[in-house]
Amino acid sequence: MIFLELFYVFSKIGIFNFGGGYAMLSLIQDEVVNKHHWMSINEFTDIVAISQSTPGPIGINCATYTGYTAVIHAGYPTWAAVLGAILASLSVIWLPFILMVSISKFLIKHHDSKTVTSVFSTLRPAIVGLIGAAAIMLMSKENFGDPSESPFVFVVSITIFLLAFVGTRLYKVHPIIMILLCGLAGLLIY
Amino acid sequence: MSSYAQIFLTFAKIGSFTIGGGFAMVQMMEREVVEKKHWLDHEEFMDTLVVAQSTPGLFAIDMASHIGMKLKGVTGGIVGAIATALPSIVTILLIAIFFQTFKDNLYVEKVFMGVRPCVVALILAPCFNMAKKAKLNKFNFWIPIVAAILIAAFGVSPIWCILAAGIGGFIWGELKN
Repeated sequence: MIFLELFYVFSKIGIFNFGGGYAMLSLIQDEVVNKHHWMSINEFTDIVAISQSTPGPIGINCATYTGYTAVIHAGYPTWAAVLGAILASLSVIWLPFILMVSISKFLIKHHDSKTVTSVFSTLRPAIVGLIGAAAIMLMSKENFGDPSESPFVFVVSITIFLLAFVGTRLYKVHPIIMILLCGLAGLLIY
Repeated sequence: MSSYAQIFLTFAKIGSFTIGGGFAMVQMMEREVVEKKHWLDHEEFMDTLVVAQSTPGLFAIDMASHIGMKLKGVTGGIVGAIATALPSIVTILLIAIFFQTFKDNLYVEKVFMGVRPCVVALILAPCFNMAKKAKLNKFNFWIPIVAAILIAAFGVSPIWCILAAGIGGFIWGELKN
């Protein structure tokens, strides 16, 4: 049953999500694309792009969209997909909320305790790895083109990737501007 | 003072007008909640940041829940969390329903063929800022590398990496003391 699965998967993603929306992408991709095959890697990448260019937390945007798409692909009508989207979004929120309600006072008092500090001293570097993995997993033939079958697409993709990386890192171009520019480039080049 | 309606409207506004997720929302939250509404003082706001950083879940939602809870108890927290998420859910649903009919369009596919490599770059770029914040040095630089290889090359669930890193850090801390 897709709705129970969505609830379970997104609750799990919510409670193991440290380090914000970008770290959450590797969790979502692992479950939604690799394990459950609810959507292709192309669809997931498009959803990330849309999530980055719309208001609100990327994690919620992405959960709403993946919930919707998963239900549509399971063969249900639009109204059921809307329910699936709402369910996925709320599933991400509820466990962290309960945890926060129960331990926030404790955390404010003990956040610089030795135990909390040592847990986060290794957790934070691991989260950097999670975000890196999210990027690496998206560097696929589906997203960049197959170098032997479609070398033109591959070369254009690599160029766009490098320019977008330099533009965001060095010139601090806003992500939305970057997405719009690359979309325009795709439209003109292909 | 604050009512449920005010909590709802404030966080719905924050959810509607910040693009780019988490940290962009923190600035707007501070402006709205500390400077304009005086619901919290600066120190209480910093406490909220601490709670959001050390609990799982999305940063902005965690913060909205915590601020709502400080003002009106658990119900206030729920109102804050839902209000922050609601604009996202509505916007994305409208786009998803609309996009459903256009996604096989040739021109839409061309646009996304350009956007996809850009998305990878946009995820990779903040990774380097995060590395700085995580205080990577010659002793712990292997942690993100091993985590990324396990997940991307060996298909290990990121959940195991989170668990291993948290438990590893705990044991290391206990051994050191």
